[in-house]
Amino acid sequence: MSANHSPQTASQRFAWMATVVASTLVFIFLMAPILAIVPLSFSSSTYLTYPLPGLSLRWYEDFLGSARWMNALKNSVIIGVASSMLSMALGTLASLGLAQWKSKWKPLVLAIVLSPMVVPVVITAVGVYFFFAPLGLTGNYLGLILVHTALATPFVVITVSATLQSFDMTLAKAAASLGAPPLLTFRKVILPLILPGLASGALFAFATSFDEVVTVLFLAGPEQRTLPREMFSGIRENISPTITAVAVVLTVISVCMLSTLEILRRRNERLKGNAE
Amino acid sequence: MTAAFVAGADVPLKRRLKRAERARQFRALGLVLPLLAFLLFTFVVPLAGMIWKSADDWEVPQVMPQTVAALEHWNGQGLPDEAAFAALAADMRTAREAGTLAVAAKRLNYIVNGYRTTLLSTARKLKEQPAPGTAKETMIGLSPAWGERESWTAIKSASGPVTSYYLLAAVDLTRNADGAIVAAPPDQAIYRDVFIRTFTIGFGVTALCLILGFPVAYLLANLPTGRSNLLMIFVLLPFWTSLLVRTCAWIVILQSEGIVNGSLQWLGVIDEPMRLIYNRFGVYMAMTHVLLPFMILPLYSVMRGISPAYMRAAASLGAPPATAFLRIYLPQTIPGIGAGCLLVFILAIGYYITPALVGGAADQMISSFIAFYTTETVNWGLASALGAVLLLSTLVLAVVYGKLALGRQTTGGLKN
Repeated sequence: MSANHSPQTASQRFAWMATVVASTLVFIFLMAPILAIVPLSFSSSTYLTYPLPGLSLRWYEDFLGSARWMNALKNSVIIGVASSMLSMALGTLASLGLAQWKSKWKPLVLAIVLSPMVVPVVITAVGVYFFFAPLGLTGNYLGLILVHTALATPFVVITVSATLQSFDMTLAKAAASLGAPPLLTFRKVILPLILPGLASGALFAFATSFDEVVTVLFLAGPEQRTLPREMFSGIRENISPTITAVAVVLTVISVCMLSTLEILRRRNERLKGNAE
Repeated sequence: MTAAFVAGADVPLKRRLKRAERARQFRALGLVLPLLAFLLFTFVVPLAGMIWKSADDWEVPQVMPQTVAALEHWNGQGLPDEAAFAALAADMRTAREAGTLAVAAKRLNYIVNGYRTTLLSTARKLKEQPAPGTAKETMIGLSPAWGERESWTAIKSASGPVTSYYLLAAVDLTRNADGAIVAAPPDQAIYRDVFIRTFTIGFGVTALCLILGFPVAYLLANLPTGRSNLLMIFVLLPFWTSLLVRTCAWIVILQSEGIVNGSLQWLGVIDEPMRLIYNRFGVYMAMTHVLLPFMILPLYSVMRGISPAYMRAAASLGAPPATAFLRIYLPQTIPGIGAGCLLVFILAIGYYITPALVGGAADQMISSFIAFYTTETVNWGLASALGAVLLLSTLVLAVVYGKLALGRQTTGGLKN
């Protein structure tokens, strides 16, 4: 229903122009932080001001050469990969189940499954901190992976469920009628078709964990500090140009994830188009 | 095919189908169970535990069991009997040796300021000199505080197993020595202000997001798909950028030697740098930036579904454009406005990181107090009580949101 906007009268044209101008200003507001910080990371000066006295890559060298930042990067990747794999496994199974399950309890179960997305993270962090501390799950990877999995799973369930909703179940029935056992049907028919949806789910999960800092503040020991956690202390103390370099690296990672997601979405739409 | 044959085969087939369906439902539930069990362990039980902590009153019963038992039948009038004084002295000796007295002292100090000193100094003196007279005389001799009813009602009110102290404190109430609920003393009555501040910032951010988000959503919804997809990048890229990156960038832009102040000074508009960050302005700026996509996406998805035919019909019937917009278009966007506002508000009132980094001391929201009492002063009861109040507010709003969003059969654009 994306009819081309074709203003006719002068006042309509004026209103449309006003919308365009207002939106442009908002787009500038939305992009301002990214636009401001990228050039600064290439500055040769230690002061975070414009105009730049000269260009250099010293802050990127600083980042790559710092044991503290590299350890944080390693931690972020370990926790992000582990929690996205775990939330993929749990979330995909649950989505497959929820797609078929009919019960009066379903809304309640759905509410529980999606609630980590709604409850303020600080409350989750405090609750988990009280609960995990006596179990020895603070100050190590396992506790962080578990809580990041809990926070990421709703996004997996939403993404995978949406994919399953658009999946044509007659294909599975066709496979079954041709004699394929359920597992084979899943592997050969369902899985290839919902794979883009699964990949987007995994990406959402990874992004959730990769950007999460509140639970890390409560649960991580000095050895498990992640990139956002190091940035948090860095911003608190004093913003050094190295942080701007880290910020740009993180932004590039976000751009890559966003593009991958867009490619997956297009592919999914194409597949849907073929199926129909 | 005869009728008899069909009727004969009909019943078992029906039963077989039913059985197959039941097995299918069972399998489906089996697929959901691992996640439910996982969330029970990592989310539901921890939250329930936190809520329990807001009412749990374990310190005094555990550290001073004899005193608690001795005070059980004390009616709260006058001073308790000799047995209670003796029990208190005995409990103090035991607790001091076990090193647990400080735990009870901390709990009792919440009720009566200075209790900590009274308790610890009495226990210290109690060890130095053996009691010559009655326990009552000795105790009052060591500290006149034991001759006051207030000291004893404090122990009685903290003798568990549950207390309303923390939950009342979270809304600036307390119990006086007679057990009646009264307003908390002014130096402790800060949380109502903090909640009001939290909701004020939440409303402010929501309003700003609506004002800024509406034209953008309208533009995106009314452009040809190709161009709107392209412009959508401007919404989604900041959305996907790390929260810390964006917060850091706002500090770089707004700080006193930052980009805005630098440019304005260079242009000669201002002489002294303006204070744009570490205050309320900075909080509004950064939080609106973070939450704006959560407003634009649900608005956009609703506006996309509004047929332009309605507006054309209104125009053809002679409605001026402004009237047509207000009476025909705007009412159709209400579900999107509702969903977007609720979503932004729910997320805003739980914010911790952004206000902590770009706000001043007077801009800290309820989350930051929860974190403070958890990690800094280790007043877990109060942290839990504040958390329980915030959780309740959030869940009520989330249920409203769920009803709204389910009515529209969407996920409300949550990271979607």
